[in-house]
Amino acid sequence: MNERVIATNITKSFRSTNALDDVSFTVNEGELFGFIGPDGAGKSTLFRILTTVMNADSGDALVDGFHLKDEIAIRSRVGYMPGKFSLYPDLSVQENLEFFAKVFGTTVQENYSIIKEIYVQLEPFKDRRAGKLSGGMKQKLALCCALIHKPRVLFLDEPTTGVDPVSRVEFWEMLGRLKQSGLTILVSTPYMDEASRCDRVALIQKGKILDIDPPGVITKKFPLDVIAVKSDNMQKLRKDILKVEDAESVYGFGEFLHITMKKENSSIEKIESLLKQQGHQHTEVKLIEAGIEDCFMHLMEHNKN
Amino acid sequence: MNRRRFFGFLQKEFRHIFRDRRTMLILFGMPIVQILLFGFAITNEIKNVNVAVLDMAHDDVSRDITNRILSSEYFHLYQNLNSEKEIETAFKSGKVKEVIVFENNLAKNIYAKNLGNIQLIGDATDPNTANTIVAYTRAILLNYQQELNKGSKPPAIIQTEVRMWFNEELKGVYLFVPGVMTIIMMLVSAMMTSISLAREKETGTLEALMVSPLKSWQVILGKVIPYLVLSFSITLVTLALSMFVFHVPIRGNIFLLLGEVLLFVITALSFGILISSIAPNQMAAMLISMMGLMLPTIILSGYIFPIDNMPVPLQVISNIIPARWFISMLRDIMLKGAGWSVVWKDTCVLAFMAVVFLFLASRRFKMKLR
Repeated sequence: MNERVIATNITKSFRSTNALDDVSFTVNEGELFGFIGPDGAGKSTLFRILTTVMNADSGDALVDGFHLKDEIAIRSRVGYMPGKFSLYPDLSVQENLEFFAKVFGTTVQENYSIIKEIYVQLEPFKDRRAGKLSGGMKQKLALCCALIHKPRVLFLDEPTTGVDPVSRVEFWEMLGRLKQSGLTILVSTPYMDEASRCDRVALIQKGKILDIDPPGVITKKFPLDVIAVKSDNMQKLRKDILKVEDAESVYGFGEFLHITMKKENSSIEKIESLLKQQGHQHTEVKLIEAGIEDCFMHLMEHNKN
Repeated sequence: MNRRRFFGFLQKEFRHIFRDRRTMLILFGMPIVQILLFGFAITNEIKNVNVAVLDMAHDDVSRDITNRILSSEYFHLYQNLNSEKEIETAFKSGKVKEVIVFENNLAKNIYAKNLGNIQLIGDATDPNTANTIVAYTRAILLNYQQELNKGSKPPAIIQTEVRMWFNEELKGVYLFVPGVMTIIMMLVSAMMTSISLAREKETGTLEALMVSPLKSWQVILGKVIPYLVLSFSITLVTLALSMFVFHVPIRGNIFLLLGEVLLFVITALSFGILISSIAPNQMAAMLISMMGLMLPTIILSGYIFPIDNMPVPLQVISNIIPARWFISMLRDIMLKGAGWSVVWKDTCVLAFMAVVFLFLASRRFKMKLR
């Protein structure tokens, strides 16, 4: 397989904080690779270094076959959408696109085929100012602007932050189609639920990569049982649940509490009897498959030690 | 290809400027309003001042003097008073700025005793104006006195004749035009460029541009040229306005003047770029250019307060303010008609500053994040 991005031991610190600590990974051609982690994990810094916008303290990377110091070569081969990127609100949709095309030394016509599928949705609004677009539309336009010079590797820094759920789903579908055309895509997101959309994900926390694998593999190799619990009195449940033996950790996930515990057959019965004893009504206790978020929490806990 | 890139950037910058109607209106409106204000409203000149006359003499001399005073364009008779009691009411009405009192038997006293008394009472709630008004009146009286003495053998009198060169009528607008031009150019050049670059930082568009093949000097030039055009045309409007409405003379070479204007704009622009390379966002850029630029320019450039009257430390500081050199050059060229031989030193100082700012700015502004 062809490697498009090979990062080796990238380290970067700002004053006393380690933004990136010895980060290494590879991304293959045509892969949709996700960096999942909370704010401040170092995702943006990593993208900035890989697009040569920022210098690393140490370590190197090969981006589309070029070393990081070969800035001009890399810059002409990557598409980059910064995290806070928000286009020029006073220019129209078309003007924004044409501007980025010109600056990158191409024309909209020349590379129209790449963005066509996305841009047709924007075409009815092409004379509207970008500032007046909805969040989802803005994101699509930004993606077009990052694609217009036909990059070989695309870096998207938190493209779905602040976008409504429907547009988010749409956005990921677009990325899926782009990937099929052979484009290598690196995308970062703080939303754990988006991990399943990626071919492989890197879980990143405090500048360190905790795990890299396809999302299905990461959840499969989760060593514990996850049990979702719900009752009519969640506040009391939170306290009571700590009395369960062998509970490794308890986290709130929406309307459920997730309890992780060692794999054994009788855990559900154990919890149910405890809840009855404590007088909980309308209870629901079920064994579920671990999600990326469960894995993330688990890895985080273990990495502390 | 490279050129197309740059022109694409330039086109975008012009679009930003012309789309922002409100800012354009302020930028073009402000110099016009300021010049008009300074020209018409804020003035130290005396014109049509209301005076009241209390004439207790009612003779040739008092009538003659009154006529002379009123026939000048400076004074206008608001009312005739009949008694001293009315003086206070006249002032309190707020309309009368000066009362002229002729004593009883004025003519008789002059011819008999060689001494006549006329009292001038000024409304000193505004001391500066009162002083000026009284001085004008005395000048007219002195004139009259000389004429009276013509026939008789005059005592030897040393006359002082004061002339105000370059601005004979002490017109305020002459003084303010260079100042207003400077302030506007500072504002447009330094502040607008720094804000516009800081905005790109703030919205992340600059980061997106960093990945583009655009060079940093292309970005700087692309930011500078539109504002150069803008502030130069605003300066032309200001100049034209002051020439045609207020008849401010341009005694020196107009091309020399425009050349110096260009030099100053470049200095201010490079300072603006320097600011934006330091400021992380628009707010900071605005604050720095306000505090670091506008205030010192207004206070220390000699625009309002003469530099010679400042305490020595401030005089020293004023040397590093570009506007100080520029204003003095403008006054030299416009009002004194000075040529290159006079202004070359100031020009060199300004050019040196521009080079330093540009050097620092280009060192700080890179297509890289720190």
